[in-house]
Amino acid sequence: MQTSLENDKIAELKKYISDISGKTDKPESYLIAVLHRAQNLFGYLNREVMDEIAVIMNIPASHIWGVATFYHYFKLKPQGRHSISICLGTACYVKGAGNILEAVKKELGIGLGETTEDGLFSLHEARCLGACGLAPVVMIDDKIYGELTTQKITEIISGYRKSNRKSKEG
Amino acid sequence: MEKKTIAIYINDKPYRVEPEQTIMQAADKLGFHIPRLCYHPKLSIEGACRVCIVQVEGVKNYVASCAYPVSDGMKIHTNTQEIRRARRDIVELILDNHPEDCHTCERDGNCELQRLAYSMGIRKRHFEGEKKNYDKDLSSPAVVRDPDKCILCGRCVRICSEIQKVNALRQAYRGFKTVVMPAYNMPFTESVCTTCGQCINVCPTASFVEKNYTQELFEKLSDKSLIKVAQVAPSVRAAIGEAFGIPPGTAKEKETAAALKRMGFDYVFDTQFSADLTIMEEASEFLERLQGKGKLPMITSCSSAWMKCMEQFYPDLIDNISTCKSPMSMMGSLLKTYFPEKIKTAPGKIFSVAVMCCTAKKYEAQRPELKINGLNGVDIVVTTREAAWMIKSAGIDFLNIKGEEFDHPLGLSSGAGAIFGTTGGVMEAAIRTAYELYTGETLLDIEVNDLRGLKGIKEGKLVMDGKEVRVAVAHGLGNACDLLDIVRKEPDKYHFIEIMGCPGGCVGGGGQPYADANSIPLDEDCLRLRAKALYDLDRSRTIRRSHENPDIQRVYKEFLGRPLSEISHKILHTHYSKKEPKGIIPRGLVRAR
Repeated sequence: MQTSLENDKIAELKKYISDISGKTDKPESYLIAVLHRAQNLFGYLNREVMDEIAVIMNIPASHIWGVATFYHYFKLKPQGRHSISICLGTACYVKGAGNILEAVKKELGIGLGETTEDGLFSLHEARCLGACGLAPVVMIDDKIYGELTTQKITEIISGYRKSNRKSKEG
Repeated sequence: MEKKTIAIYINDKPYRVEPEQTIMQAADKLGFHIPRLCYHPKLSIEGACRVCIVQVEGVKNYVASCAYPVSDGMKIHTNTQEIRRARRDIVELILDNHPEDCHTCERDGNCELQRLAYSMGIRKRHFEGEKKNYDKDLSSPAVVRDPDKCILCGRCVRICSEIQKVNALRQAYRGFKTVVMPAYNMPFTESVCTTCGQCINVCPTASFVEKNYTQELFEKLSDKSLIKVAQVAPSVRAAIGEAFGIPPGTAKEKETAAALKRMGFDYVFDTQFSADLTIMEEASEFLERLQGKGKLPMITSCSSAWMKCMEQFYPDLIDNISTCKSPMSMMGSLLKTYFPEKIKTAPGKIFSVAVMCCTAKKYEAQRPELKINGLNGVDIVVTTREAAWMIKSAGIDFLNIKGEEFDHPLGLSSGAGAIFGTTGGVMEAAIRTAYELYTGETLLDIEVNDLRGLKGIKEGKLVMDGKEVRVAVAHGLGNACDLLDIVRKEPDKYHFIEIMGCPGGCVGGGGQPYADANSIPLDEDCLRLRAKALYDLDRSRTIRRSHENPDIQRVYKEFLGRPLSEISHKILHTHYSKKEPKGIIPRGLVRAR
């Protein structure tokens, strides 16, 4: 069942698509942009949203599914509130990113590409975040944490948990 | 005016060819068959497999000849040791993650990949790669998808989107993990797949095959407590010979009847008989609609893939669809009512088998609304391919068999019934009868040439007692959709429309014999020859109009009463309902909202 909030999001997506349609005679070439927008709005691409896009843009659902599965950026499952990306690029790896990854996996109890049961964190790997001088680095949402140790990253994660609890109570 | 030509060299020999074509096209005409795999002349250029690479002097890399245009002075090499080795490596790499279970594979002996590997001279293997390991999709009653055998040539995706415009299939995920699948990896039954089976026809391997019922059928044939009855679709006889090496266009009507009897059927009836019956009902229904009782244009309902397509994409036209069941299902209905009465047995004793050119008929046979007093009208559907395999497997010498007649009382057919198997045939047959029913006069010029041939959408006109009747014919679901888009805009443009789901009509069905080593799937010349076989059968018949078939007259006299009678409505007619799996909107089709 869709809540009114979801309907607002659908309305926003529809407006985005109709704005694009006004600009071009090949609106279907904007499919990737539309999927980006949808993921921003809904957090991930669920089947209902892709169905909706198929109907509005008159693009076969099989084609949308092909594009959505091709790009790693598109998430097909609900994502945690915070996205943790562990850099496994060369520099970070040499500086012990492997251990960082293991520590985070243990701390969260999930593997790569998975989301914690409380919906707080999703875990991803990254290939070089362009901050090699700070290796090993981890990006949580839009923030970079550098020169990490297994202990430091565990503390950082605890910090996110705490502030989440606070914001819930407050 | 003389056409402009350019000079090219193939393997150091000079030739003059027309510009604006690909290297492959030019080479084909000059007698050089460059090996190929993903290429199909009716589909867009994919350039995915790289098997058709050639060397062009001055170009650093090998070029895909299916996509690369010729230019003046071009020096092309198709068969140097270097390009032979490169091509062989490419095919070996395709084989690399292929299951290599040829001897237990459905397409053993009929596989394009197998033939290609042989012609490349692959006699030992240099690479050994990771195999794919996916589940087969067995959900559909008609089409089985096996991603493990897929080589990602994309022909199925292209025929489904470009020719059929159903868009059920697409490549999903990427790299080694790429899989051809319906949207959201849904099982086929929940997808928009119409079960037309064209993906099977164009698949070079066994990644798509029909759901096979041959073992089950052999079991039933050995069950002495059942009365085993077969019916044979018109276009089966037009193509089954190909499975035995007989050239396309050779009708094997009586031979097919004889072979099925040898296989253990107690009765072999003819779907052409029930095609005549369909015409009686459909022509009568059309005339009722023409006189104001019901919606026009009336659209035919023989093609099961088309029925599913219509229910999904054109539910707004449901009232335009003839309520007549397909000839297969009309025969099924009679086999569980009239026939058991006639031979004084219980309907449940009759085991009804349909030999069809079609995979979608497997889907149709299990549609619940087609049941007759709780029984399936048709219990098992086998394709032409399955039937041919069974005939071989049962050790029946099809090539030397003496033909036999179909059995009475449901085996006699008119020429009109025969042409049902090709695009335009149903309309032509309907015109022959409708004209006479309407005007009381016999239509003398019964061959409607405007409705013959492989043009996507054909139109015709007929004047009955001063009334102009406009008809149209489409074959292949893509053309059907184009025609219906016209109907949506101009509802009064036509009175009567025939639609067949497969290219060429039933002769190009999804269950017809695979293309042999020297041809391509759905080759138009082959479709024309199969159609010609049916037109020749029509011409060879003394009775060429459905209503003149004495056995049809008898079934009305003894059982049905008259066309559109109460009992006809009960057992020969059906209804349709909107089907809307979510997210089904295919390109070019706007859902009625």
